[in-house]
Amino acid sequence: MLRWILGGREAQSSAEEMIPCMNRLYLQLTSRPAKAESCQSYNSQLREITLTFLLMLPRCASAGDDGLVLVWNVETGERLQELRGHSQQITAITTITCKNEVTVNTSLITASSDRSLSLWDPDTGNRVQTISDLHSSVKCLLVLERLCVWLSGGEELCVWNRDFQLQCQRPNHSDTGITALIELPKNYIAAAMDKKIMIYSLTVSADSSVSAAEIRCLSDHQDQIRALINVNDGLFASGSHMGELILWNATDWNLLAYEHILWEESQAYNQTEIRMGAPKPSEMSIQHLTTNGNLILAAVGSGLYVYSVQTRSVVAYRKVAHDSNVLHTMLLSDSELMSCSEDGSVRMWEIQDLPLPAEPASSGFFGMWSFGRSNKQSGPPSKKVIDIPNIRMLELTGDLIGHSGAVQMFVSFKENGLVTCSADHLLILWKNGERQSRLRSLALFQKLEERGGL
Amino acid sequence: MIGSPDVVAFAKEDEYGQTSPDPWPLPEEFSVPLYPLADSNPWAKTSYAKFTKDFILISEFSEQVGPQPLLTIPDDPKVCGTFDLNYFSLRIMSVDYQASFVGHPPGTGYPRLSFVEDSRVVLGDSKEGAFAYVHHLTLYDLEARGFVRPFCMAYVAADEKKIMLQFQELSLRFSQASECLKAGNRRAFAKELQRKLRDLEYTHSVLQREEGLQREAGPQSMYSAHAVEKANELANVEKSIFEHRDLLKQISSYHHRPRRDPHAATCQKCVDECLSECEELLNKYAKIAYPCGYSEKSGKGEDRQGHPRGQGEDDDEEEEGVKRKLSYTPQLIKAKSAKCFDKRLKTLQELCDKTFYEATVELLKETERSFRGDLCYLYTRRLDKALQRKQRVTAFLFEEDLSDDDEDELGTLRPFCAVNHAVDNYVLLNPPPIVLTPEPHELDALERPEHLDPASETSVTQESELGLGESHLESSPSDQTLETQESSEETKGSFSSDKSGVGLAEMQQSLVSMKSEAPDPDSDLTPDPNHNLERESSSEEMETTAGEDEGENGGHQTPVSLLEVVSELEANREEECEGVSASELLVPIDTACCMAQEGFLYEASAPEAVPRLCQNSHLQPSQTLVVNQEPQALLPLQDDYTVGSPCSESPVTGLELPSGLLGDAVSRTSAEDGSDCTMSASTGSDQTASPLGYGAVVTLRQRKKAGQGALRFVRQYPFAIQALWCLLSGRTLVVLGADEGRVRRLVAALALFVPAPGKCGERVQAWLSCPFTLTDLQRWKLIGLQRVASPLGSSMLYSLSRYSRYISILDADQKTLRCPPYRGQLLANIADHRTYIRRGSTYFLHLQSTLCHLAAKTFLFTFTHHLHLPVSATEGPEVVESRRRCFLQEQLGLGEEDSQILLYLSQLITQQYLQPNGSSAAAPSFSFNYTTSILYKI
Repeated sequence: MLRWILGGREAQSSAEEMIPCMNRLYLQLTSRPAKAESCQSYNSQLREITLTFLLMLPRCASAGDDGLVLVWNVETGERLQELRGHSQQITAITTITCKNEVTVNTSLITASSDRSLSLWDPDTGNRVQTISDLHSSVKCLLVLERLCVWLSGGEELCVWNRDFQLQCQRPNHSDTGITALIELPKNYIAAAMDKKIMIYSLTVSADSSVSAAEIRCLSDHQDQIRALINVNDGLFASGSHMGELILWNATDWNLLAYEHILWEESQAYNQTEIRMGAPKPSEMSIQHLTTNGNLILAAVGSGLYVYSVQTRSVVAYRKVAHDSNVLHTMLLSDSELMSCSEDGSVRMWEIQDLPLPAEPASSGFFGMWSFGRSNKQSGPPSKKVIDIPNIRMLELTGDLIGHSGAVQMFVSFKENGLVTCSADHLLILWKNGERQSRLRSLALFQKLEERGGL
Repeated sequence: MIGSPDVVAFAKEDEYGQTSPDPWPLPEEFSVPLYPLADSNPWAKTSYAKFTKDFILISEFSEQVGPQPLLTIPDDPKVCGTFDLNYFSLRIMSVDYQASFVGHPPGTGYPRLSFVEDSRVVLGDSKEGAFAYVHHLTLYDLEARGFVRPFCMAYVAADEKKIMLQFQELSLRFSQASECLKAGNRRAFAKELQRKLRDLEYTHSVLQREEGLQREAGPQSMYSAHAVEKANELANVEKSIFEHRDLLKQISSYHHRPRRDPHAATCQKCVDECLSECEELLNKYAKIAYPCGYSEKSGKGEDRQGHPRGQGEDDDEEEEGVKRKLSYTPQLIKAKSAKCFDKRLKTLQELCDKTFYEATVELLKETERSFRGDLCYLYTRRLDKALQRKQRVTAFLFEEDLSDDDEDELGTLRPFCAVNHAVDNYVLLNPPPIVLTPEPHELDALERPEHLDPASETSVTQESELGLGESHLESSPSDQTLETQESSEETKGSFSSDKSGVGLAEMQQSLVSMKSEAPDPDSDLTPDPNHNLERESSSEEMETTAGEDEGENGGHQTPVSLLEVVSELEANREEECEGVSASELLVPIDTACCMAQEGFLYEASAPEAVPRLCQNSHLQPSQTLVVNQEPQALLPLQDDYTVGSPCSESPVTGLELPSGLLGDAVSRTSAEDGSDCTMSASTGSDQTASPLGYGAVVTLRQRKKAGQGALRFVRQYPFAIQALWCLLSGRTLVVLGADEGRVRRLVAALALFVPAPGKCGERVQAWLSCPFTLTDLQRWKLIGLQRVASPLGSSMLYSLSRYSRYISILDADQKTLRCPPYRGQLLANIADHRTYIRRGSTYFLHLQSTLCHLAAKTFLFTFTHHLHLPVSATEGPEVVESRRRCFLQEQLGLGEEDSQILLYLSQLITQQYLQPNGSSAAAPSFSFNYTTSILYKI
C-alpha cells in the first residue's frame, strides 16, 4: 500500500471512525518523501465500486464484468462477502438504506446485463430480492430515500418501491436509453438519454403509489451526454461527448451557462508536437464530472478542467493530465483533486496560483518512473494561457502507480484510505503509511500491555 | 550467529587481574568459556583412536556366541577403520548390569518378565583411544533365555570429555531410541505370544481329543504309560498356556509399571494403542481360561477382570477357540523345545517391529549427526541457539528459523514416536510429560504442603549413598513405588487447570514450596551423583517410598517429582561432604525468562527481577545443589558440576550463567576448581537439549555457502552497499539477467540480506521468467528476473519501469544498479569491497553479527513507547515524530537512509508481533517513497 496520501491528521483517535467526515484527504508535499502502502485483492474486470458505511466497518463493494459483487473491509483489505447471482456483467450498483426505528439497514441494489435486478444483504451475502426478465438491461439506478422509491433507467424508466414492486414505467423513444439519472428538487428527475435531458416529475398518489410523467425535454447538447450531475440545490450540470459543459437551473431547467471545451489555446501550443492535428472528438469528450458545489471538475479527454460555478469561468485546466482518457475524478477540496485514467495511474493535483517565475512542472520528477516511454504526459501546457485572467495552475503533487490496466474508478475513505479498481482485476487499497505505522505502534503497545510484557 | 566472533568477547578476564572492572560487563551468557585445559594445546591431537570420527555401535550379548557387534551408524566401514568392533563389543557388553531376577519368583508360579530399566555407562579404553557412552537395554524374546536379550547402544568417540559433557543429552537421545526399540519390541513380543498361544491352544485341543479317545477306549488304557504320558503332556501344555497368558498379561501391564527412568518418556498414543491391543489379546485368550464362563457371561470386561491365575479349566468348548483361527494355521508344539544352540536367534529387526526399528535407526542417525564436531563447536552452537531463543521477537528477521528446533526442544522430553503420532502427541504431551515440568509439582505441593517425609528422605539418602559406593543394581520392580507414569497423568490434569486461579496467599505458599520444585529442570541436567561413574543405572537413587496410599498422614510420600527427591538427596549429600565446592544456589525458573525480557523492555524492571531471584534463592540455602562426582580413574576431569545462579554467595569468577534468567542451565565448574571442564550438555526441561543442527543443518550450510556469494558480490560490485541498503530497507530488489545460473547465484547470495525471508524463503523468488506484476512485489522482496529479448521482454521492461518506484534493479549482465542513493554509514562494514575477509563463512558470521546488532537496535526502537506514541495528551504527532527522529539521529547516530532500515525492520517486528503466525494472511503491504533513483555503474 502505497502509503502516501492521506494525511490522517487526527492522530489515532480510535479504531472505528464510522463516518469519516472530519478529516480531509490531503496530499503530502513531495518535498518530504511521502509514503503509501497498498494492499490489494482480486476481482475480475471492475466496473464500478460503491461504498457503504454500515455497522462499524467501512466497507466497499465492487462489481465486475463477471457478474460478481464483492464486499470488502476497507480497513484490513479482507474480502467480506462474495455476492453471486448475476450471470452477466453488472451495469449499475447502488445502496439503499432502510431505516427502522432501531436499525439502519443498508442493502445493495445491482443491475446486470442479464436483465435482472437484485437486492442484496451485504452482511450475510444473501440475495434478498430478484427481478428478472426485464425488457432491457438497466443502465443506471437512482434511490430516492425521501419518497421511499428507487428508479431504474434503461430503455425505459421504471419506478420501484422498496419491496421491489413496479410502481410505474415510462418508455422512451431514444435508441440509447437512459444513461444517467439525477434527482432534482420538488420531486423532479432528470434523465440523460443520448443528446437530450428529459425531466420527469414524480407524483405520489394517495395510496402511496408513485407515477412519473415527462415534463420537459432539454435538447441543447449537440452530442451524446456523458455525464450528468447535481451541482448544488439550484444547479445541475451535464457534459457531452464533444466537450460541451452546460450548467442548468435545477428548478426551471433553463440553461445557465454553456462552455465548449475545445482546448483551443493549448492546441496552438501543441502545434509543435507532431501528432497533434485537429483534436479528435474523444480528446474533448467529457468522461466524468464531479463537483463540490463551488467547482466543477470535468475530465475532458486526457485532461482536467476546473470550472467555477460562481464566476462561470474556467479556474484551471490541464490539457494533458494523463497519458490517455481520464475516467474518474474527485475534488478533495477547493484546491486539491484526484484523477484516474486509462493509463493506469491515479494522480493528485493541486490548484496553485501561478508562480511568477513560471516554474515548469517537474517533468523529471515523474520521468524517472517511465524511462521506457516518452514524457509527454508531464509536459505542462500551462504557460501560454496566462492571458486568461485568474487562471491558476494545476500542479501534479503525487501519483499512485500500481495498476497495470485502466483505472476505472476510485473511492476515498478519507483517513481509512483510498480504493482504486482497475481493468487489471485488481483492487488496491492505498493508505497513509505514517498513519498506518502509528496505528500499528498503538496496537503493538496495546498488545504489550495486555500480555503484560513481551 | 550470536556466537560469531564479532559479538563475543574472546576472553573474559585479562591476565593482569581484574584491576579495572568493566563498567559494562558483557552478560555472562555472551562469553565464550576459555579452553578448559589452559596448558594443553586445543589443537593437539589427543587421541590415538583408530577410527576417524564418532559413531554409534549397536551390540548384542548373544546367548550363543557372546558379545557381538550388530551395526554401526553411520553404516560405513571407513568410519571404524581398523578399530576392533568385536573387542569393543566385548568390552561394553561385559558390564554385568542385568542383575534382576529372572525366572520364578518365590510367590508365583509363573516366570516373570523382568522389567529392566536401561542403564547408562561411560566406558573408556585408553589403549584403543576409544570412549563410549553405553546404553544398555533388554528386549524381550520368547525364545531367549529368561525371555530377554541384552543389547546395548554405544556412542563411541575419541574424546572422553565430549562424552562426559554431553552425557545428559546423549542419555536423552539414547533413551528415546531405546524407548522406541522397546515399544516395537513389546509389540512384536505380544504378537509372538499370541502366535504361541494359538499354537498351544491348538496343541491343547489336539491332545485333549486324543485323551478323550483314550478315555473312550476304556479304563484299562487309562493308566497305560502312553496315557500317562499324554496326560502329562496335556498338563504341560496347559501350564504353558497359563504361563504364556501370564506373560501376555505382564507385557500388557508394562505401561502401568512405574518408570524410574526420567528419560523414559513414551508416546502416549502408542501406549494406548499397545494397551488396547494387548487387552484385546488378553480378552481373546482369557476365554480359554474360563471356558464355560466365556460362553455364559460373554462379558469380556468381566473376563478380563477376573482373569485367573493357575486355575484348572474345563475341557469343553475347546474347539471354538481353534475354529477362530483364520489366517494362521497353528502348529503342534513339541513337548520339548529345541536345543538352545539349534535355533536361530531373532535378529534385531525381527525383535522389533519394522517401523520401530527403522525409526530407531533414523533417530540414532540423527543423534550421530547432531553430535558431529568437537566439543567447542557443539558448545558454541548450543550457546548460540540458547541466545537466539531469547530473541524470539526479532529472531525471525535474520536468523534461521528455530521453530522446528523449538519443537524438538520440547521433543527431547516429548517421547519419540516411531509411528508419527507426533501431532497428537504434541497436544497431548505438551507440557512435557513425566516429571520434568515445574508447574504441576508446584500444584502438587500446593495441595500437600508437607510433602516430604523425613524418614523416607533419610532412607533415600542412605540408599543413594549405598548406590554411590557400589554399583547399585537393578532392583526388582516390586519395590518401586513411585509411579511416574501415573503422576505424569496427574500432572497433565492439574496443569490444565491453570495456575492463574491460584490465590495470592497460595502463591506465597507456593513460592516457598517451589523451592523444592524449582530445581527440577536443572537438577535434571546435573549429572546425578551416580551418573558419573562407569556404571550408571538411572533409577536407583530415585527409589523413593512414595505412597500408593493417598493417606493424609505425614508419613506418606506424595508422588513428588523424582528430581525433587534427587535434589533433596543432593542437598543432603552436600551437607555431608561440605566444602566440596562453591555452593551455588538454585534459582527457581518460574517466569524469570519473561521477566528478563521485560527487564529489557522497561529498563526499570530489570533490577527488580534479579533481586527477586536472589531473594528466592536465599530463602533456602539448604537447597543448594551441588553434585559431586567422584574422582574417577579414567576421567581425570571430573569436577564438581554445579548449576549456576547469578546470586551465588561465593564470588564465583568462573563462567557462570544465570540459569534462571537464561532459561536454560548450563552447568559449569566453579572457578575455584581451576575451571577445568566446562559446558556440559546442560539441558533443561523444555528449552534445552537442542538437537543440534536438527533441520537447520542444511539451511545453515546453504547460508554459509551463500556467504561466499555475498562476499564475492560485495567485493565485486562497488555499489553493493546500495543494493544491500535496498534489501534492508524493504525495497524490492530485482536481479535482472539472461543467465539463469548467474541470477540464481546472485539471488542466493543476496537472500542473506532479506529481512524476514520466511521459513522457507517465501519472500525470495530466485528465478522468474514471466512478466512482472504488482502482486509479485507484494510477495517477494528479492526477485531474479529473466531478461528476454523477445517482445515479451519489452513488456517486461515496461513493467519494470512502471514499478520502478517500488523496486531497485540490479542488472547482472550490464552490472548496473538502479536505486535511490544511499549515503549512510551503517552498512559500510558489511559492504566494504576492500574487506579483508576472505572466507565466505567468516563473512557470513561477520554479517550475522552486524545484522544481529541491527536487530537489537530495532528491537529497542520498536518497543520504546515514547518514540511512537505521545506521552501526554497534548502532544501531537509532530512531537513524536521529532522525538523519533532525534532518537534515530542522535542516539543511534543514523542518517536518513539508515533510519529507513530501522523503520522498516521495526515495521516488520511490529507486524510479526501483532500477527505472530500467518503474517501473510493479513494483507501484506508495501510502501514507497517519492525518491529518485540513480543508476550506479561499475
